[in-house]
Amino acid sequence: MSAQQFFFIVTAFVILFSAMMTVLSHKMMHSALWFVLALLGVAVIYALLEASFFAVVQVLVYVGAIAILIIFSVMLTRKAMEDTGSPVNKTWVLSLVIVLLTTVGGFLAFRTWGALKAFPADLLPVHYDIGELGLALVDPERFALPFEVTSILLLAALVGAIYIAFGRKEDNQ
Amino acid sequence: MTHEWLYLGIFLTLAMAIPVLALIIAGILSPKKPNPIKNSTYECGMETVGPSWVQFKVQYYIYGLIFLIFDVETVLLFPWAVAYNRLTLFGVLEAIFFVLILTGGLWYVWRRGAIEWA
Amino acid sequence: MTFIADPITFITHWLTQLMGGWGWSATLIQVLLNILGSGILVLGAMVFTTVLIWAERKLGARFQDRPGPNRVGPWGIFQTIADMLKIFTKEYITPVGADKIPYNLAPALAVAAVLCVWAVLPFSSTVFGTNIGIGLLFIIGVGGLGEIAIILAGFGSNNKYALLGAFRAVAQLVSYEVPMVIVLLIPVMLSGSMGMNDIVAAQSVPFIVLAPIAGVIFFITLIAENGRAPFDLVEADSELVAGYNIEYSGLKFGFFFVADFLHAFTSALIFSTVFLGGWQGPGVENAPILGFVYLLIKTLVVYFIMLTLRFSLPRFRIDQMMNLNWKILTPLALFAFMVTALVNKLLPAGNNLIRIGGLLAVNLLLWFITNWALSRFITNQPRPVVSGARPVAIGEKKTVVKEETSA
Repeated sequence: MSAQQFFFIVTAFVILFSAMMTVLSHKMMHSALWFVLALLGVAVIYALLEASFFAVVQVLVYVGAIAILIIFSVMLTRKAMEDTGSPVNKTWVLSLVIVLLTTVGGFLAFRTWGALKAFPADLLPVHYDIGELGLALVDPERFALPFEVTSILLLAALVGAIYIAFGRKEDNQ
Repeated sequence: MTHEWLYLGIFLTLAMAIPVLALIIAGILSPKKPNPIKNSTYECGMETVGPSWVQFKVQYYIYGLIFLIFDVETVLLFPWAVAYNRLTLFGVLEAIFFVLILTGGLWYVWRRGAIEWA
Repeated sequence: MTFIADPITFITHWLTQLMGGWGWSATLIQVLLNILGSGILVLGAMVFTTVLIWAERKLGARFQDRPGPNRVGPWGIFQTIADMLKIFTKEYITPVGADKIPYNLAPALAVAAVLCVWAVLPFSSTVFGTNIGIGLLFIIGVGGLGEIAIILAGFGSNNKYALLGAFRAVAQLVSYEVPMVIVLLIPVMLSGSMGMNDIVAAQSVPFIVLAPIAGVIFFITLIAENGRAPFDLVEADSELVAGYNIEYSGLKFGFFFVADFLHAFTSALIFSTVFLGGWQGPGVENAPILGFVYLLIKTLVVYFIMLTLRFSLPRFRIDQMMNLNWKILTPLALFAFMVTALVNKLLPAGNNLIRIGGLLAVNLLLWFITNWALSRFITNQPRPVVSGARPVAIGEKKTVVKEETSA
């Protein structure tokens, strides 16, 4: 087993365990913190795939902004630090059976898929260059239009969120 | 390329492990004499009043939200900035247009009063 | 390379050949050298903090017209060692109901988040931890890890003051990251890469000359990100009783302290690397060790300026702080970015006088416009009035005084 495989397996276990604990935690704040660990694990996977820009963007945007927002919104609720009891309800046996069947079925169905055993191809030097992504973003024949539409999308998100937050505040007053 | 991240992984592990080791050593060296008054939570020397949960202002959340929007915008601009020296004037104008739209968003937020603290 | 001109590379080569001679594989040698290098950096940074704490206390004392620590050793240089010995042996008082894992993880994570920056900084042309191509974004990203550490500290302490302090601290950090990230686009633009080595190598003319407004905004946001005066609202003793680290004692508190001071020095290092040219200086091609000396000198100058600001300026209120960030720094950063991008493309390339002069002139123009706009639009705002009954201590004369509200 190569070092890359070893690190991948360890990271995958960490991510899966954190994701499970996110769902199964009794306190909401603990769920939020396990979620942060899962996001950090995903950043490690990006780094293993040699997509270093996306690894850092994952930490910067997801852990630095979205996780913080989630923690803030968890604190906005009243039950943030109370023990809300086990989140598992009584149908857990049936759901576990269905999940196992789906997973095993999926494995059996994809057994003959050649890409399951392949290693990722080596990247060309041009793929390591973030400048290529930058050039593609403003090239009129490639991604210039989605680039500009993204800014309008972000504007819509900003205006919408502020309107929801402050529209309601004016209603209360 | 991988060996650079390997160095970072080793560095991160050491950077977490050495403080944890120091904390454990200090935990061994320090006295342990808990008593209920010492261990109670601090509230300016008085007994705590009410549960230790506090309703906080929604303003914190708004700041985080605006930060998220501008963060995503800047992260989209970083590849553009790396390719800056190879761009034509048209590419620069596109990015300026991108930033202008979001500056308009900031103007809206300002006028709406969403960035006042009180 | 000789030992004098480039000691670290010399030692690395000697060790590699020594271990190669023992027949160890190349990857094992590399991993061992990496462990050795990072171990030296981590321990060196943490030990260096003791010198920093002493320097800050001495300088701060001189600013305040008093001698500072001068009992323990000549000029008090062993004072920090004595303090560290004391802090190692203080009891860990864990508050009742504290969440064990977040409470104990927070100090270690806070220190680790600051130490990670040292892995990507180039100390000379040949001495650096690692040259990942996205060093600058990495530095901002680990700031996010520091924010998580603060939240862990505030939440794990089971204390509403700690929680409130933690949220205020994170709100401040998160707000000031906006102009910082926008302004960092300008060095990336001018040097064409996000890697720290490339940014330093591209600074034959330091970026503080080509983009002074970006430098000033970056400097202010670095101080604010660190939580130092004049932005140290979150540790204001009279308001929030030491903020998110109320319930910490012993070495855990010591680590928050270490993280704070180390962050200040690291911020000075980052600023010198990105805007002042890092290890560039006369004569570094022949003797790379000189690069380390230049970097140290530049960092100490920037650190001295940060200390001067800390001991001279009064503390900001939270609404003043947020106004400064969202209404002044962010628009200025956005406009500086747009203007620099446009002007730099229109002027002829290369380090000629027209480009440098043009960029400087545009920055000065932007500065004057901002000054004019500030003086015209931001008048002295009246402080909000607290009306209605407010509880007064018994025996005091009831006079309604105009007071500001802050949550």
